[in-house]
Amino acid sequence: MFDRIENGPPKLTATDEARRQVEICNACRYCEGYCAVFPSAFSQRAFSDGDITQLASLCHNCRGCYYACQYTEPHEFALNLPRALAEVRVESWDRFAWPGGFARLFQRSGGALALMLVLGIAALFWALTALAPSGGEGFYAYLSHTAMVAIFAPAFLLPLAAIAIGLHRYWAEVGGERIRWPHLKAACADAATMRNLSGGAAEGCNFEKGDRYSQARRHAHQAVFWGFLLCFAATSSGTVLHYVFDMQAPYGLFSLPKLLGLPGGVLLTIGAIGLIALKFKADAHLGAPEVWGGEVAFTALLGLTGLTGLLLYAATGTALVAPLLALHLGTVLAFFLTTPYSKMVHGFYRMAALIRDAQRKQG
Amino acid sequence: MTALDAQPWDLVIVGGGNAALCAAIEAAEAGLKPLILEAAPKPYRGGNSRHTRNFRCMHRGPLSVLTGSYEEDEYFDDLIRVTKGETDEALARMTIRTSEDCLPWMEAHGVAFQPSLSGTLSLSRTNAFFLGGGKALVNAYYNTAEDLGVTVAYEAEVTQIHVTGPRFEGVTAKIAGHETRIEGRGLILASGGFQADLDWLARAWGPAARNFLIRGTPYNRGVPLKAMLDHGADSVGDPTQCHAVAIDGRAAKFDGGIVTRLDCVPFSIVVNQNGERFYDEGEDVWPKRYAIWGRLVAAQPEQVAYSIIDAKSRELFMPSVYPPVEADTLDGLAQKLGLPGTKLRETVEAFNAACRDGDFHPTELDGLATEGLTPPKTNWARPITEPPFYGYSLRPGVTFTYLGLKVDETARVAGPAGRFDNIWAAGEIMAGSILGQGYLAGFGMTIGTVFGRIAGQEAAAHV
Ligand SMILES: Cc1cc2nc3c(=O)[nH]c(=O)nc-3n(C[C@H](O)[C@H](O)[C@H](O)COP(=O)(O)OP(=O)(O)OC[C@H]3O[C@@H](n4cnc5c(N)ncnc54)[C@H](O)[C@@H]3O)c2cc1C
Ligand code: SF4
Ligand code: SF4
Repeated sequence: MFDRIENGPPKLTATDEARRQVEICNACRYCEGYCAVFPSAFSQRAFSDGDITQLASLCHNCRGCYYACQYTEPHEFALNLPRALAEVRVESWDRFAWPGGFARLFQRSGGALALMLVLGIAALFWALTALAPSGGEGFYAYLSHTAMVAIFAPAFLLPLAAIAIGLHRYWAEVGGERIRWPHLKAACADAATMRNLSGGAAEGCNFEKGDRYSQARRHAHQAVFWGFLLCFAATSSGTVLHYVFDMQAPYGLFSLPKLLGLPGGVLLTIGAIGLIALKFKADAHLGAPEVWGGEVAFTALLGLTGLTGLLLYAATGTALVAPLLALHLGTVLAFFLTTPYSKMVHGFYRMAALIRDAQRKQG
Repeated sequence: MTALDAQPWDLVIVGGGNAALCAAIEAAEAGLKPLILEAAPKPYRGGNSRHTRNFRCMHRGPLSVLTGSYEEDEYFDDLIRVTKGETDEALARMTIRTSEDCLPWMEAHGVAFQPSLSGTLSLSRTNAFFLGGGKALVNAYYNTAEDLGVTVAYEAEVTQIHVTGPRFEGVTAKIAGHETRIEGRGLILASGGFQADLDWLARAWGPAARNFLIRGTPYNRGVPLKAMLDHGADSVGDPTQCHAVAIDGRAAKFDGGIVTRLDCVPFSIVVNQNGERFYDEGEDVWPKRYAIWGRLVAAQPEQVAYSIIDAKSRELFMPSVYPPVEADTLDGLAQKLGLPGTKLRETVEAFNAACRDGDFHPTELDGLATEGLTPPKTNWARPITEPPFYGYSLRPGVTFTYLGLKVDETARVAGPAGRFDNIWAAGEIMAGSILGQGYLAGFGMTIGTVFGRIAGQEAAAHV
């Protein structure tokens, strides 16, 4: 399933092909109102490699500009900007990732992600048996707090460090300047509303219904985005309760971790299912076909972190807690470890691109 | 798909561009079952409409993306200026007045607008730009029409129109290679001009027309227009003329569209194949001169000319889709362009010697003129001295032909014995009824939208 799309060798490098297309757009400009890519491109006359990387990172693959384009195949100009920019993104994430080879693997191979998942879960089962605590309450009855921290602190911080290296490389390539507060403010406002996914004056994007507009992708993506942030906030609030207020898990239904985590888990799960369904309906050749499988697998992994969390909560007090705990923590572990090399990095580069674009606009 | 020849259709619509779609939507909303016959395959559906970017719209106050106001009299004056009076005033004023209702109608039927594009600020008051351009507009209309139950046949070229006395009875169309006769109770013709038929163009204009490039669709060959003229329909517009502008000479024969535009002429000197200048390149700003240059280039040997600039002018105009030919010396440039080197150098030197000191303002008429040169360059005349030198080839690019069917304010086509009973026309095919000559940016889509809608409504009321 994950390798269903064949792809011939490209004639030009992804960056050269995107440059060829962007130069045609710059003489046309009909798509200016769709998204941030066009105003940014049209403020220039010549495009360095870094410029193309920046434009690609601004693109959401909404496909509005593909269906609107009078120069798509069979026209000799063969415009397919959504795909050209998607290919540039894939290559750029390969290039920026540290260590390099991991991104090439996890971006493209759904199988590799699945394997990581199995390994993550296996590791947690092992930890539950080998490091079984003698006392403790709730989850800590199965895995001590110390053991959890020993596993997850590095699994969280090391990938963050890797992402920081990638972002640093990105910033150098696109010629970013010193970041000031107004840049951040503008970028956060764009990201929070996913303004660019709205399709400008059009009603949504052209993702899964051909040239008809739809809000489905925007809504599903919003669900995943906010769901993820809520889950993350739930975990963070638990950490704060634990260390600052010395309140130990398990937490009740009306505690902060649960109030954030439950809706977060639901949104994350539903949103991920939605995004995967949309990906099956959409034309894979308007994206980067070689990462189709990797992207679907990543979205599934992300959704599983939410789903297994919900199941774990539902199983409270039953015999299923131990296996579900391993399942959930193993999924989270696999997710964290692959973050710098999976589709998850798009969020970080997108944010960087929005900040860079705010710098361009604010001068 | 429905067997097209099985039953008589309420309404047969020939063409699949803006005018045809507006007509189909109106007719379907009034309860008819229309059939659209589109000669092009689906990826190329939408005729010249798929290449457009805006339409000109009257408005008495800010409207959607349009700023300020643009009232009937100002709009009409703009039109009269370009057509030099060759305009049916009543029809033109009706079109202008109706355009104001069109914008909300278009939005209600799926068309999205965007603020005027960068580099076209001067149009932000008069012209409403389609988000994504004309192909996005055409897509939106096809979706709306499909939802309303309109049937569309692609690769369906109408070859004959069957008329008995004042009544339309049916058409013959070549569908997937088979001639099929299709009966209908009414006919709307929205098949554009004949500019893609180079033989016809050459008969009308002269053999030079074979070297013209066609900016838009290769499917507008005027077959339905010719069929109606053979049935004795009244014609309007000069049969020998076409609207041609100077475009990049390297563009493809058909469908190059907007990107083949070249805006370098006012900052350049333009020479023909013999390396000689032939007209004042700085007469006026480019949007007011590009049509004149289409004719000027058409009159040169081989219908080709070369616009030459130096390094200091390189960034003064919108980027071109094909990079310019570049050389460090004029001789080198002449060689690459295939021009006589000595002659080109003489022309440039004579021009440079005629340039005078003064303030150069690329965005306005700056009066920086040559002295003692024929032909003169009356604005933006700066010596061509700074390498590298750049050259662009220019050729005439045909937008549309003027010959069309005469219609009244109900879009009904006129024939030998008064109006036909059940034949209407909309868009480019009848634009000559309003635009006798010249062209006003954005008016083609206005005519198509106004008359397409009228034709659809009228057909619904009469078939
Ligand atoms: C590059 C370019 C840019 C332009 N930009 C603008 C602009 O910004 N604003 C503006 O107002 N105008 C613009 N114009 C002019 C504008 O395109 C026309 O005025 C307008 O599109 C005419 O619409 P229409 O529906 O009459 O014809 P078209 O859109 O050309 O449609 C004609 C249809 O008839 C079909 N057809 C032809 N013959 C047959 C047959 N025998 N059987 C079946 N089908 C047939 C064709 O395939 C086509 O679908 C532009 C033109 C060009 C070439
Ligand atoms: S994608 Fe096509 S229509 Fe849009 S700006 Fe580029 S060339 Fe023009
Ligand atoms: S696919 Fe969407 S986001 Fe990407 S360049 Fe085109 S319009 Fe912009």
